[in-house]
Amino acid sequence: MKARVTVTLKTGVLDPQGKAIAHALGSLGIDGVDGVRQGKYIEVELAETDPERAKATLERICKELLANPVIENYRYELEGA
Amino acid sequence: MKAGVVVFPGSNCDRDAAVTLQAVTGHPAEMIWHGDTDMPDCDLIVVPGGFSYGDYLRSGAMAAHSPICRTIVEKAKRGVPVLGICNGFQILTETGLLPGILMRNASLRFICKDVYIRPERTDTIFAAAYEAGKAIRIPIAHKDGNYFADRETLDRLDGDGLVAFRYCTEQGEVSDAANPNGSQRNIAGLYSENGRILGMMPHPERLADAMLGGVDGRPLFQSLVNSIH
Repeated sequence: MKARVTVTLKTGVLDPQGKAIAHALGSLGIDGVDGVRQGKYIEVELAETDPERAKATLERICKELLANPVIENYRYELEGA
Repeated sequence: MKAGVVVFPGSNCDRDAAVTLQAVTGHPAEMIWHGDTDMPDCDLIVVPGGFSYGDYLRSGAMAAHSPICRTIVEKAKRGVPVLGICNGFQILTETGLLPGILMRNASLRFICKDVYIRPERTDTIFAAAYEAGKAIRIPIAHKDGNYFADRETLDRLDGDGLVAFRYCTEQGEVSDAANPNGSQRNIAGLYSENGRILGMMPHPERLADAMLGGVDGRPLFQSLVNSIH
């Protein structure tokens, strides 16, 4: 099964890269951008076919490596689940 | 004092650390390969600077899950002193041995220059040879050195005296202007609760020989030699 994992910065954590992107959008003359937050998108191919077991594995994958709980949240979607 | 220096693919300050350790201790340091699971008995483990595993995912995240790091965590929990410098500090936060995380510098730039830091305590195994409150000059070289932790953690670090070094002016004044990377509360280095682990972004091993233009990093290693027999 394919999983699509999104890792985002928690609210309140400063995101200088997001700010720089917002600034660049302003320089491009694109108005109406109130804010930008940058995250990560990761695709994971799992051999598992059972959605519940796949979710359990994904929880471990996200908690132990893909996201740092100090600053980041994660969410994921399982294709076909 | 027998010191071990961990070598990851992408470490680039391991030799600097080894040279400084040999100069101060009089013995060659053991170089410990990241793929090993056991390591020789050491009185000090140094996790050096560099770009382990190319800083993939987050700085230090990959190294924190390498086989040798499990051994480091076990030994650290038994009280073996650990010094993490720059990428080593990032790795120690990723293993959970030290709280918080080093984020991208506020300027988004890689910063390579000498700065001033102030030892907050001089009653530790790492800082006993420093003068309380006196700033030392020391190089930084990083893009991810912006220390972040939640307010509760920061208050606990301050309350328990676990901040090892803060960025300051040459006169020792902690100010926003003296903060090179946006670190919260100007934090440049942290101790673990038992005081046996130090993580710091600046590089004491790079300024420990007069021939290289300064020796303010040397007392850190001298402190360790004096406290560890």
